[in-house]
Amino acid sequence: MSASTTSGTGRHADAAVREPVLEIKNLSVDYGFGQDPTHVLRQVSLTLNRGEVLGLAGESGCGKSTLAYAATRLLPPPGLITGGEVVLTDRSGERRDILTMSDAQLRASRWQDVAIVFQGAMNSLNPVFRIGRQIADAIAAHTPGIRKKQALDRAAELLDMVGISPDRLSAFPHQLSGGMRQRVMIAMALALEPQVLIMDEPTTALDVVMQRQIVEQIAELRERLGFSVVFITHDVSLLIEIADRIAIMYAGEIVEDAAAQDVYRRPRHPYSRGLLRSFPPLRGPRRELTGIAGSPPDLRLLPTGCTFTPRCGFSTPECSRIHPELGPTAFAGAEPDRRVACILHGDVGTLPPELAER
Amino acid sequence: MSFFRRRIIFYLITAWAAVTINFLIPRLMPGDPVTALIARNQGRIDSDAEQSLRVLFGLDSNQSFLEQYIDYWGLLFRGDLGLSFTFFPTPVSDIVWQSLPWTVGLVGIATVIAFVLGTLVGTAIGWRRGTWADGLLPISTFFSAVPYFWLGLIAITVFAVQLGWFPSNGSYDRSLLPSFDLEFLGSVLYYGFLPALTVVLASIAGWILGMRNMMVTVSSEDYVTVAQAKGLPERKVMFGYAARNAILPQISSFALSLGFIVGGTLIMEMVFSYQGIGYVLYQAVNTHDYPLMQGVFLVITLSVLVANILADFVYAALDPRTRQEG
Repeated sequence: MSASTTSGTGRHADAAVREPVLEIKNLSVDYGFGQDPTHVLRQVSLTLNRGEVLGLAGESGCGKSTLAYAATRLLPPPGLITGGEVVLTDRSGERRDILTMSDAQLRASRWQDVAIVFQGAMNSLNPVFRIGRQIADAIAAHTPGIRKKQALDRAAELLDMVGISPDRLSAFPHQLSGGMRQRVMIAMALALEPQVLIMDEPTTALDVVMQRQIVEQIAELRERLGFSVVFITHDVSLLIEIADRIAIMYAGEIVEDAAAQDVYRRPRHPYSRGLLRSFPPLRGPRRELTGIAGSPPDLRLLPTGCTFTPRCGFSTPECSRIHPELGPTAFAGAEPDRRVACILHGDVGTLPPELAER
Repeated sequence: MSFFRRRIIFYLITAWAAVTINFLIPRLMPGDPVTALIARNQGRIDSDAEQSLRVLFGLDSNQSFLEQYIDYWGLLFRGDLGLSFTFFPTPVSDIVWQSLPWTVGLVGIATVIAFVLGTLVGTAIGWRRGTWADGLLPISTFFSAVPYFWLGLIAITVFAVQLGWFPSNGSYDRSLLPSFDLEFLGSVLYYGFLPALTVVLASIAGWILGMRNMMVTVSSEDYVTVAQAKGLPERKVMFGYAARNAILPQISSFALSLGFIVGGTLIMEMVFSYQGIGYVLYQAVNTHDYPLMQGVFLVITLSVLVANILADFVYAALDPRTRQEG
């Protein structure tokens, strides 16, 4: 990713009215049906505003993808949603909880309201159908009475929109490169002009040049069509370029939620700071990369108190006793939109200077 | 189109090799069929007839090997497979043509039923795991695990002897003359029901198991999740996305099993005294009837080839990836 070309493409939401489109409230997910299930998501709350790009970052296995699957009710067994709400506000202002919809309502709402681009560009397309048909069947499923020809014409338009020649409609997935397949997926995701586009590591399997093209394309399409994006990745430097807001996840919880530039310049949670220091900065002076010592905890045997304590450089004896809730930072008055889950933020006086940059 | 041309050429070469081996093997085998025939008839054939029998069987020793080979091809194209020793002097082709339709009809239909039914059941229980339907799996596996002859005998004991619902042997009512009228066809169906039922029972587990396992594998593929996320109707996801991909390996197995229909039903035909080609082959082997064996082998080989051709083309039609050049 080059910093100069893409910076700022996604930063128009600040000006827009803060109107939530997707609100995840206290979402909890367990894996396993037995006596002792693993709590993979614990009380996760997150709000996506209209027109915003929300980045979701964290190490592997911290629950980013589980959050995306659970919020869309696509979680495969043995995943089980044990509580919470996912409230979707559609364009007319009507609010509905995705988790309590009937199967028929859910099917009607899917793709229409929330579309998803998955991690595996290679496997997201049915290998035995032509791509035109795969785009068209999504359109046909939500547009009763549409003729096949019309759906295919629309599919051709969509392909053109993502920079693929419409004559590739009759191509099979194996005849396309990885980057093209991911573009096809994006075209397919935008077929019904959804309000929310969830992208689960959409560029992970691609090389950096392709990554950049895809990311620029998403930014440009968002500008034009005005959908909101949840962008899931472990690549924080990529997020800082494209996201308006970033939520950092650790061990199935959100530990920090703030504007992208704030997270980048002034991380408030020790984990966010560690994560940022694991990537070379794209701008500014060189600094040493430190990484985070240790590895993510075993979700079956979580430490008591703050789950990050064993790896945290700032931990106090209190940390392993009290489980921190996501709340305002120590500078609550000055930064009303920031939330952090760290007990060190209880008092400005005790806050280490590294987490108190202003 | 070049894909089809290349496959056709491949199969022509295979067919040539099969026919040639079929020509060679009896000639490499120890013993002499003519002496064997004379010995079996114990003096009823004059030893002067030996030379004419040799000519009749195409074992004319004056002919060179190559001439015999060319003659063999010539006879083959005229549909002449020689004369059977056992049913002397009935031509082999007549015997094969009399028995082949019975086997193909009965076992063919039974195999198709088992495939269609098994694949549908496998699709359903692979898609929705953990319902009562999972119980079908051990039951059907039981039937395929018990030896077939035992299953056949139990079926005869229960349905033919105890209950008397079906005849215990034969392929049609012997008091009727074979013709294409309703009465005769009804009789064929009536006599064929029990053998067909046992064939279906014995083979359906493989289809259920194969399809169920592929459904389980394919269901976790990303494209199935994408299809769900697209909000497609459940039926469409299940059949168009999951089953459509899961069925591909089934098609290959089906083609292989089509080949076995002709040759592999000996036990069924023996248990039910059904007049199929398996039974003919059994008799031919027992009586060292080389021309008949050769004829049956040829038919089996060619039918396996034809089944493979069909499978290849069906597979190519279903899976675009196999159509790729190079």
